[in-house]
Amino acid sequence: MPRAFTQFANAWVRLTSKSPIVVTFFAIVLGLLIGALIIITTTPAVLVSWRGLFHSWGGLGHALKVTFDNVGSAYRDMFSGSVVNPPEFWHALTTGKNWNQALTPISETLTYATPLIIASIGVGLAFQTGIFNIGANGQAILGGIAGASVATLIHLPMILHLPLTMLAGIAGGMIAGSIPGLLKAFTGAHEVIVTLMLNYVVALFLIFSLLSTALQRPNQSNDISRNFDPSAQLAPLFGTASGLRVSWGIFIALAVVVFAWWFLDRSSLGFDFRVTGANPNAARASGINAKAVIVMVFLLSGGLAGLAGVVQASSTTHLIDGGFLIGNAGIGFTAITVALLGRNRPMGILWASLLFAALGVGGRAMQASTGIPLDLATVIQSAIVLFVATPVLVKEIFRLHTAQTGAVQLATKGWSS
Amino acid sequence: MQLELRGITKRFGSFTANDRIDLVVEPGQIHCLLGENGAGKSTLMNVLFGLLHPDEGEIILDGEVTNFADSGAAVRRGIGMVHQHFMLVPVFTVAENVILGFEPTKSLGRLDYEKAAVDIRRVSKAFDLEVDPDAIIEELPVGLQQRVEILKALNHDAELLILDEPTAVLTPQEIEALMAIMRSLAAAGKSILFITHKLKEVRAIADVITVIRQGRVVATAKPTDSEEQLASLMVGRDVNLTVEKPASTTGGNILEIRDLVVRDDRGIAAVNGVTLDVRAGEILALAGVQGNGQTELVEALAGIRSVESGTITINGRDITNCSPRQILDAGLGHVPEDRQRNGLVLSMSVADNLVLNTPRRHPFASRGSRNLAAVNSYAETLVQNFDIRTGSTQAVVGSLSGGNQQKVIVARELSRTLSFFVASQPTRGLDVGSIEYVHQQIVKQRGEGLGILIVSSELDEVMALGDRIAVMHQGRISGIVTPSASRETIGLLMAGVVEVASA
Repeated sequence: MPRAFTQFANAWVRLTSKSPIVVTFFAIVLGLLIGALIIITTTPAVLVSWRGLFHSWGGLGHALKVTFDNVGSAYRDMFSGSVVNPPEFWHALTTGKNWNQALTPISETLTYATPLIIASIGVGLAFQTGIFNIGANGQAILGGIAGASVATLIHLPMILHLPLTMLAGIAGGMIAGSIPGLLKAFTGAHEVIVTLMLNYVVALFLIFSLLSTALQRPNQSNDISRNFDPSAQLAPLFGTASGLRVSWGIFIALAVVVFAWWFLDRSSLGFDFRVTGANPNAARASGINAKAVIVMVFLLSGGLAGLAGVVQASSTTHLIDGGFLIGNAGIGFTAITVALLGRNRPMGILWASLLFAALGVGGRAMQASTGIPLDLATVIQSAIVLFVATPVLVKEIFRLHTAQTGAVQLATKGWSS
Repeated sequence: MQLELRGITKRFGSFTANDRIDLVVEPGQIHCLLGENGAGKSTLMNVLFGLLHPDEGEIILDGEVTNFADSGAAVRRGIGMVHQHFMLVPVFTVAENVILGFEPTKSLGRLDYEKAAVDIRRVSKAFDLEVDPDAIIEELPVGLQQRVEILKALNHDAELLILDEPTAVLTPQEIEALMAIMRSLAAAGKSILFITHKLKEVRAIADVITVIRQGRVVATAKPTDSEEQLASLMVGRDVNLTVEKPASTTGGNILEIRDLVVRDDRGIAAVNGVTLDVRAGEILALAGVQGNGQTELVEALAGIRSVESGTITINGRDITNCSPRQILDAGLGHVPEDRQRNGLVLSMSVADNLVLNTPRRHPFASRGSRNLAAVNSYAETLVQNFDIRTGSTQAVVGSLSGGNQQKVIVARELSRTLSFFVASQPTRGLDVGSIEYVHQQIVKQRGEGLGILIVSSELDEVMALGDRIAVMHQGRISGIVTPSASRETIGLLMAGVVEVASA
């Protein structure tokens, strides 16, 4: 192994073993650098400017300027599209007008983050118990279907209808989660396979139920549901007229974060979960009922995923259709990476969700104004997660077992065990 | 080969594991490195073997300053290491394991098994290390597996052998055999660095003894020094090596095991018809070579392995195939054999581990919510009472030394209301100071009328602690003797020779 490389690896591990926050910060910086490299190598204007170097030395200044302009504007658009656009914000601050416009970017980010936080907490709780719940997306879809049924078929005053819709979402997710849970607890079936496969089953069930007479929108042949009753909708925080989409759902998400913190750090059941996740053998020997824990963690994780699904539908589209949480919209899959980035801790997941939502929303704004594809945001997201995971990998690869073993631990236990 | 270590210093952060260690091993010498767990012996060996790089100091081989980039370099320079936990592939043959990493090949990179087998026969003949090159490792007894490790080192032309706690897994007879091998190796001019904390062995075999404590060489001792002298050098204070065991009045049977049959993971009856009683106020020591069913017997007692047939009762209450929770509640305290696997959650705090099997008990929790303040103050008390050396009750247990990890388990188990206490290898890997302490605690519980079962493969421990000694061989009790029985008698029972008088 080249010595310089080993030294670099050592330095990286030393730097990053200090604290998870340091790791994450550097991961984000490195992720953005990689994004910049991609912008440079794929934007025609930048490439053309570098070709100018062959004609005269004066071209260098020009090439650098074009490069910084392009990368800069891309990231500027990303920031102003997802957090705040400084001129607009300044305008609103000084004139008191156009506040809606100034707050739209952050409102969009929060809108996307809301269901993501909930689903990621669910996945993170399972990770902490040593359970790899790949099926959060399917659980979220079933939650959405169950919620949509209550929201469109039953008519009640809001004070009953909205909670009932949310509870239906939780129940739907629990049903989807209970299948792998029971199978794992009583037959030993591996949860990764079962949950992964169930995602397909639920996705097909979505189409089936949307084409059934019960859920399908009347006089329609498409796979689309009726609109949610207004009494079953999570209303925008600042009213429909504001145009800001961020809904009361954000408070549900925050409540879930607080609940998860209490559950993991303070509840007896959460203690059982953590012990089981950290050492299943010791858990068993100390009297924890492993089967019960497995079933319960799947109910909890699935229930939260289901809640995420119904919150998503109830706060944004107010209906579900055949594209609900499919493909790029599959928050249940994003939740896995978010949980990883947030190290399965509730507060970590909150920040990670906000970051991922901002990158996604900002990426769209960047695509609209600069033409750089939205995929760049996905690349950055992925690179960040990779860099967060590398200290552990580097450590494992180079067998650098230092005195602070335990300072950095694998966020999940992976497929086996 | 002559080995000299000069001023070896190795730090981990602010912790100095090795502090300016000087050491000389002459050719043909058996040099003992004696020290408690956590004294820095293993770190020093890892430095010597190229697994760690020293911060300061030099390794000098035959007068030449040497730097090992990795363990491969150390092996090429003639250093062989026999690790405490064998580095063998269980499903491979002896020959395959011996050549692993340095395989002789024929043309086109084909493995040359014939050459390997010939080499192995040659080396094993030269040093009286008889092993069948075609035997599968996992089918060999531990003593032979260790021989394969030694063979492996010799096959790589090792001139200096490092043996890291090699006797921990052996029967008294196997230890004798190992010592004979060590003597013949030394006679052939090989240098041996023998790492241990067992005083008897040191005195039996060493030419020179270097004692290290807290990362420093504190003394060079002679094998003629008494055990007490060596122990006090090692621990840094006077130690009492005999277990003070007052007479105790035994009551009725607390534990009754009848015709117990338990299968191991492979489905073989590892416990095959064991009947055993333990009375109140009595320590029954269960001796035997590892792998003769003791592990499965204890796991069945603790409820983490199912019982095929037979019954187990505690205080007349049938606990056969009950859940671990029910058995814990019936008053069983359990110190498992593999503490890191079954006894602790290494990534969690000392406090959490101290309430691992009572997290819902008042005042640690009420209505599903944990009371961390109560857990902490309880943990503080236990840390104090059981002299657990830790920075704080919030430190993760994985950061503690092996002895202190064991104290955490012992403290947890002995602080509950118990009627029966079972401990597997309660002092394995512990230093003299900790052993003394754990033994005292066990004897104290005996005085309070508990029934106690101690499973140990250390004969000294069995004989020091047991009021009666049961010996297990191939899933059966091959005999029950009093502690006055000779080591030879127990050794024979351990080997399955049952024609000796039983008590």
